[in-house]
Amino acid sequence: MFVVTPAYAQSNPTEGTNSETVAPGGETHGGGAFPPFDSSTYASQLLWLAITFGLFYLFMSRVIVPRIGGILEHRRDRIAQDLDEANRLKEEADAAIAAYEQELAEARKKASAIAETAREKAKAAAEAERTKTEAELNAKMMDAEKSILAIKDKALAEVDTIAEETATDVVKHLLGGSVTKAEVAAAIRAASGK
Amino acid sequence: MANDPIHQFQITRLVPIEIGGLDLSFTNSSLFMVATVAAAAGFLFLTTANRGLIPSRLQSVSEMSYEFVAAMLRDGAGSQGMRFFPMVFSLFMFVLVANLIGMFPYFFTITSHLIVTFALAMLVVGTVVVYGFWKHGLHFLNLFVPSGVPGILMPLVVMIEVISFLSRPISLSVRLFANMLAGHITLKVFAGFVVSLGSMGALGIGGAILPLAMTVALTGLEFLVAFLQAYVFAVLTCMYLNDALHPGH
Repeated sequence: MFVVTPAYAQSNPTEGTNSETVAPGGETHGGGAFPPFDSSTYASQLLWLAITFGLFYLFMSRVIVPRIGGILEHRRDRIAQDLDEANRLKEEADAAIAAYEQELAEARKKASAIAETAREKAKAAAEAERTKTEAELNAKMMDAEKSILAIKDKALAEVDTIAEETATDVVKHLLGGSVTKAEVAAAIRAASGK
Repeated sequence: MANDPIHQFQITRLVPIEIGGLDLSFTNSSLFMVATVAAAAGFLFLTTANRGLIPSRLQSVSEMSYEFVAAMLRDGAGSQGMRFFPMVFSLFMFVLVANLIGMFPYFFTITSHLIVTFALAMLVVGTVVVYGFWKHGLHFLNLFVPSGVPGILMPLVVMIEVISFLSRPISLSVRLFANMLAGHITLKVFAGFVVSLGSMGALGIGGAILPLAMTVALTGLEFLVAFLQAYVFAVLTCMYLNDALHPGH
């Protein structure tokens, strides 16, 4: 059917060993039959399939399946455990945050209380100071008023003397005569309506 | 002979053994069965040897194949089906690795022989029948009597159900066998075109590009088929096992 050079031909890799181990003529089963339907090979195939697959099944069910199953289960457990741990830590963190918040609120309350007291105290002190100062000022004012009155009285008292002297001088200049001090004083007293 | 697309399915004796007139020789097929089992078991064993909590890449491959089959079985047969997990997992890995090993040039594809796939299919159906009768007794026969069917149609429906049940091992085995056989023959034929065109001088080498591209594409397709057929085999196994677990539809 095809033109093929021997170099390209696919040869069975086992042919080399084959010729050594197999008697001449026994190279292939059944000669020209289509190999998959060559029933003379069935017994051998079935036997070796049973042996190899049987061993394979045993190995799988005894070793591989438990091992991989164990690996996967271990991993699943580990992940679940880690998730639990993470949850626990998160709860702890939440609790810590709540405690912190509470403490913070308390501290704020305390701080505002302290500030309030300080303010009250300062206010009271200021009030006291103010009262004291006012009292002092009042006292001073009273003193001042008193001294003003005294000065006024004194001044008024002196007014009479000055009036007497002035009147005496005026009378002396105008009338050329002299008047007694007692007359002038009486006249002034009359003038001022006293 | 050398370019015969059927030649690759030839079984040759490596160690002739004959017991009681039966030819039980260790053949190239047996050799590749051993290779398949050794490769699959070795891979699964070595990659999971560390039992890493954080898997290495290869350990992930093993775990993924495990979880892939586990999910398949759980979906197909429910959580009760998990008792068959080692069997389904073994079947899947065996067929998959056998198909993949068959993709190497010059390698023998053990699943391209009907008797092998038929034996695997009979293992599945045999498990279904034995477990079904052991677990449910004669109630297992309810499998063939769907509920809600009018009495007059019942004989017909039961007949159809029985035939469909009996054809299961055949369809299960022929599907895998025919896919592998046809795929490898097609590959060989197109690769043969490359060779025969290539030997026809410069023009032929130019013309050989087309079948070569086809061979490359088919190789990719065959890898897909190798996986897909292993998957289909395992999925159908799960569905049949579901019948053994819950025969009452």
